[in-house]
Amino acid sequence: MARIELNEIKHSYLPNPSDEQDFALKRIHTVWEDGGAYALLGPSGCGKTTMLNIISGLLKPSHGSILYDGTDVSAMQPEQRNIAQVFQFPVLYDTMTVYDNLAFPLRNRGVDKQSIRERVREIAEALDLTQDLNKRAANLSADAKQKISLGRGLVRSDVAAILFDEPLTVIDPHLKWDLRRKLKEIHTKFNLTMIYVTHDQVEAMTFADKIVVMYEGEIVQMGTPQELFENPEHTFVGYFIGSPGMNFLDCTLDGYIARVGSIDVPLLPSMTNRCTGQSLKLGIRPMYVGLHDGPVEHGIEGAVLGVEDQGFCKIVTATFNGSEIKARVNENGAVPEGKCWISLPPDKIKLYCDERLVRQGDSQ
Amino acid sequence: MNKWRDNKAWFLVLPVFVIVAFSAIIPLMTVVNYSVQDIFGPGQRYFVGVEWFRDVLLDERLHDALFKQLAFSFMVLLTEIPLGIAIALMMPKKGWTASACLVILALPLLIPWNVIGTIWIIFTRPDIGLFGAIVNNAGIAFDHTASPVDAWITLMLMEIWHWTPLVALLAYAGLRAIPEAYYQAAKIDGASSWAVFRYIQLPKMRGVLTIALLLRFMDSFLIYAEPFVLTGGGPGNTTTFLSIYLVKIAVGQFDLGPAAAFSLIYFLIILLFCWLFYQALQAVGTGDKA
Amino acid sequence: MRLKKRHLGLIAYLIILFLPIYWMLNMSFRTNADIMRSFSLIPTHPTLINYMKIFTDPSWYSGYINSIIYVTINTVISLTTALPAAYAFSRYQFIGDKHIFFWLLTNRMAPPAVFLLPFFQLYSTFNLIDTHIAVALSHCLFNVPLAVWILEGFMSGVPKEIDETAFIDGYSFPRFFIRVFIPLIRAGIGVTAFFCFMFSWVELLLARTLTTTAAKPIAATMTRTVSATGLDWGLLAAAGILTIVPGALVIWFVRNHLAKGFALGRV
Repeated sequence: MARIELNEIKHSYLPNPSDEQDFALKRIHTVWEDGGAYALLGPSGCGKTTMLNIISGLLKPSHGSILYDGTDVSAMQPEQRNIAQVFQFPVLYDTMTVYDNLAFPLRNRGVDKQSIRERVREIAEALDLTQDLNKRAANLSADAKQKISLGRGLVRSDVAAILFDEPLTVIDPHLKWDLRRKLKEIHTKFNLTMIYVTHDQVEAMTFADKIVVMYEGEIVQMGTPQELFENPEHTFVGYFIGSPGMNFLDCTLDGYIARVGSIDVPLLPSMTNRCTGQSLKLGIRPMYVGLHDGPVEHGIEGAVLGVEDQGFCKIVTATFNGSEIKARVNENGAVPEGKCWISLPPDKIKLYCDERLVRQGDSQ
Repeated sequence: MNKWRDNKAWFLVLPVFVIVAFSAIIPLMTVVNYSVQDIFGPGQRYFVGVEWFRDVLLDERLHDALFKQLAFSFMVLLTEIPLGIAIALMMPKKGWTASACLVILALPLLIPWNVIGTIWIIFTRPDIGLFGAIVNNAGIAFDHTASPVDAWITLMLMEIWHWTPLVALLAYAGLRAIPEAYYQAAKIDGASSWAVFRYIQLPKMRGVLTIALLLRFMDSFLIYAEPFVLTGGGPGNTTTFLSIYLVKIAVGQFDLGPAAAFSLIYFLIILLFCWLFYQALQAVGTGDKA
Repeated sequence: MRLKKRHLGLIAYLIILFLPIYWMLNMSFRTNADIMRSFSLIPTHPTLINYMKIFTDPSWYSGYINSIIYVTINTVISLTTALPAAYAFSRYQFIGDKHIFFWLLTNRMAPPAVFLLPFFQLYSTFNLIDTHIAVALSHCLFNVPLAVWILEGFMSGVPKEIDETAFIDGYSFPRFFIRVFIPLIRAGIGVTAFFCFMFSWVELLLARTLTTTAAKPIAATMTRTVSATGLDWGLLAAAGILTIVPGALVIWFVRNHLAKGFALGRV
């Protein structure tokens, strides 16, 4: 159990970094609460593995500090930090049996035989590995091996947090669900802080209570899946979460009217002149885009380009005045042929100034 | 990988097959031919069946050479393999120091085998050689031309000096193939360096180590040039290994029949060991599952 | 760079490894008279006379040229024949594939001594004695299987999907092989060429037996001088050092490919 604080962490792999580009992590300043299940979500190369390795101690941050329950552990080695890490592919001692694999961390710490036996059996049972204890670890299936990797972390009773680096990568698709469920079970049972790195939003959403989205070395948003969906604070979050992601249209602002090319899109009055930055984008989720076969008030005339039938809904790509937009229609809903009218309800439109969300009631 | 089934692939293999067949099968047939004949001169040959084989198998000097050969190969392997592994463990992982090490390590492997012999003749002579001078100044009378023990020691030193780099290079390749995650997990598990060696590095190297074992055994078993240049098989017969003996019979005495029979037996022994090692290699796997 | 205990061990080993070579280097810069007269760790009166003799005497330098010629021929033949064969072993299943592969490996294990006489007679029949091609071909006995073995290992690291994609894209097999496949296995080709060069360069028995004067390799020229008494040690040492030079140059140039090949985990 541990509350992990990251204070002004910056990290560069180069010995003498000169500008922003040289930093893998630009600025991380955040708290991971004790016992939380977090997902660290982001595209390849955004710095997730770097962050994870800093938390576990495999990497020492070039700037900043990290605290466990208020104690500065920045200089501490991984084995002193009471964390466990599960990697992308199963990492085992393949000459040993499952039992010996699980017992290994305890034996290295000089725990007595009886305690080892009890603890290994307890963990094996929690992970459904009891029947495999005497088998050679090398001969088991990939998901069993990942469970053993996890088990080696759990077996230490002082373990405070478990870090997962895309652990389901080599697991067969039909076994992923089982393993995810097992991870959630373990979390509930042992009440550990768990941080799960992934680039798959579905995995993140099913595993975590809170999702931390990373993009280009920074945390762009931390929140529940609901919050991320409803209020993406960064265009990347809007784009990444949801399938398909949010629509984004470049625009300019005149009072509270957004201008997309030559089309006026009225926003809520509270948005008047809220942006003084370089770029302005209008964001709206496909499910809120209205599609009509006849003119409507404030409707934009456009044409239907294509329809994707996804079973429970249809994704319609429409175009107007040179811009493309996606709309979500119920499976039984009618889709206009050719010409259509697009309505964008002002209360569902989000404004992004320099990629960041413009909040209601914020002053700029 | 799931391979495509197609017998037309034989065409791709054909050039190799032709070359190796030309180099191997035809000469072998010649050898088989000679091994069952008694040849007195051109045009005068008599079929003698398995007589040569019987003679060769009963030849005491052959047994002697075989025994020396096995002893030599065994002692050499016992030293080279652990030493090579130790060196691979000490070598840097990357950077210019790694390249520099690789270059120096590879040097002995690129020296023509007779030059190796020459180097060691010079090196161990008490009058002009560094090693010889040091040893003699320390009071030990060391002369590989006179004493069989000294001859063996020199040969062993030369062989180990020459070929340990190959084992080291192979072991190094095996080590580099181990993903960093294993070392990271071991760190988190609190494993000692010995545990890391025993449970991670050694198992993962078993593929390359078996190859190294196979190569070194085979090559030491058919060694010719280095010992021949250094000792000529002497003093007396004490360092006459199998290849040296064979060449003596074939070229020196020009007994084609017995030489041919001997050749076949020699080859068969090697094939047997080769097959055994190959099976072992398949069974042990390459260490990169799991 | 902190000097840890294990670095010391490594440095000690590397020094010991280099010592005999250094000693040859030492002798090569001294005259024979100087060598016999006094023992010294560094040449006190260094001279280039031994090297001069080798560079000006055709019977010496032709040896080097001969060696380089047949080694190059051998490497080229080995590579060009092994590439398609290794591809076949990597991608295809065909009748007898495992057996052929094993048979190839056994040739690598063949004692050259066994092939001495048969080769001599075989090449005599074709009037190829004392030609570079004869030595090059004879070395194919062990180099071609080795080349196939190493290349197959590297090729198996390239997923078959790449081939399939190229064929779907309309590449003919030769074009795919040259433009797509070979660049992918560059490191493997480097490693293979290195080993072919190495094993052919160092082999003495066959090279000496199959040549008399025109194609005689340097190694044989040296052994010729070893048998008499009153050896010129300086000359011998210089000749020896010069045999190491091509090899050292080759490693120097491919060292990065070697390191990369090792990093890929395939030798």
